[in-house]
Amino acid sequence: MTIEAAAPSSLAPDAAVRPLIHPGWVRVTHWINALAMLMMIGSGWQIYDASPLFGFVFPPQIALGEWLAGALLWHFAAMWLLVINGIVYVTLGVATGRFRSKLFPIRPREVVRDFVAALRGKLAHDDLSVYNAVQKLLYAGVLLAGLVIVLSGISIWKPVQFWWLTAFFGGYNTARYVHFAAMTSIVAFIFVHVALALIVPKSLRAMIVGR
Amino acid sequence: MPRPRKPIPGVDAKQLIGDAGKLLPVPSRRLFLRGVVSVGALASLTGCDIVDGPTAENSLRVISNFNDWVQARLFSRTTLAPTFPESDVMRPFRFNAYYDEDDAPEVDGDTYKLEIGGLVDNKKSWTLPELYKLPEVSQVTRLVCVEGWSAIGSWQGVRLSDFLKLIGADTRAKYVWFQCAEGYSNTIDMPTALHPQTQLTLKFDHKILTKAYGFPIRIRIPTKLGFKNPKYVTAMWVQNNDAGGYWENQGYNWFSGL
Repeated sequence: MTIEAAAPSSLAPDAAVRPLIHPGWVRVTHWINALAMLMMIGSGWQIYDASPLFGFVFPPQIALGEWLAGALLWHFAAMWLLVINGIVYVTLGVATGRFRSKLFPIRPREVVRDFVAALRGKLAHDDLSVYNAVQKLLYAGVLLAGLVIVLSGISIWKPVQFWWLTAFFGGYNTARYVHFAAMTSIVAFIFVHVALALIVPKSLRAMIVGR
Repeated sequence: MPRPRKPIPGVDAKQLIGDAGKLLPVPSRRLFLRGVVSVGALASLTGCDIVDGPTAENSLRVISNFNDWVQARLFSRTTLAPTFPESDVMRPFRFNAYYDEDDAPEVDGDTYKLEIGGLVDNKKSWTLPELYKLPEVSQVTRLVCVEGWSAIGSWQGVRLSDFLKLIGADTRAKYVWFQCAEGYSNTIDMPTALHPQTQLTLKFDHKILTKAYGFPIRIRIPTKLGFKNPKYVTAMWVQNNDAGGYWENQGYNWFSGL
């Protein structure tokens, strides 16, 4: 095959006209984050089971690490992936202006309007590059949950060296509940996020190939 | 590492043999990864075989060693663990071990001697009456278990750094190793051993330690997880080689600092 024959216009006419929705750094950090989150949540459930905060445990079949020691090894290995990848993502999100242009402003009236439209199945997804108000709120919210889960996690990991951070979260015991609540909100987000990505498959394609 | 095999004073050898059976690691526990659904999901995501058991386990241990290094640098000799009023102390304090309270080692206080070895000038053993005469320090701190739960306790005893000075320990050595009556053992880093709150504990809540809380000696280290706070201590060695420990050898992180 010659170079000329491989020209985008002749091979994939769609791709040429579709605008780029997610630049490369968004897609790479997104999927690294997905992997890191899977490892952190799976091992976190196993760790939770060693000393449950509530009257239930997570089934060992969906937890990572076989037993407490293995889960802790996973958790404190994957944390580096999660945090380093998160720092790269947030830095680029702020530096490129993507956060500001995509996520803000979030107006409560628009959130209500779009939420009602979504429930009626009337929310349009014509332009994937523009987020509706519900999306903006959820994406900004899960970023906040990510920040809370990392900081509360550090306060549980190092309640002596970072005693001031642990105190900020209301002490060691309360910090465990904060960490759990942040995990719960992230898992809830993942359910909604994955369900909607499957309902609107072109959004999943955009997160893979960019367009 | 060669160790003298002479009987430890105050320890019932028969019971020690009985307890030794419990020290054997459960074979299934050594495989962190077998039959885990989440791992299967990861494998299909990445499309490569990074989750092959031994390979992943070795990688995790390498990262755990890196985390030891990170934690040693985060550790500060001057940062103190938060302290609490005596009214916050959990009474009765929670018993915790890998065996039932009834199976906790029974140490005879009359014949007991704390054996000292390694890089120290004075290797004389210490009887309990001798230890009880040393200057007492007290702390009310939180004991944090590796499992996640925690409990506030009140501990009294000799500051370990003072005791190390008293016996002429070489504090340039890297580690302090503790042997316990039931076969448990633990190695800690020298900076932690010299931390002002690290205590050779003889009392809980101002009363001589009971069997449940580690009679006759517990090493109380509020800057480390509970399993790095050995109970029923019978020997202490100052040395340059890491002799590991009961749980560390089964996969818990070595430094386990707080």
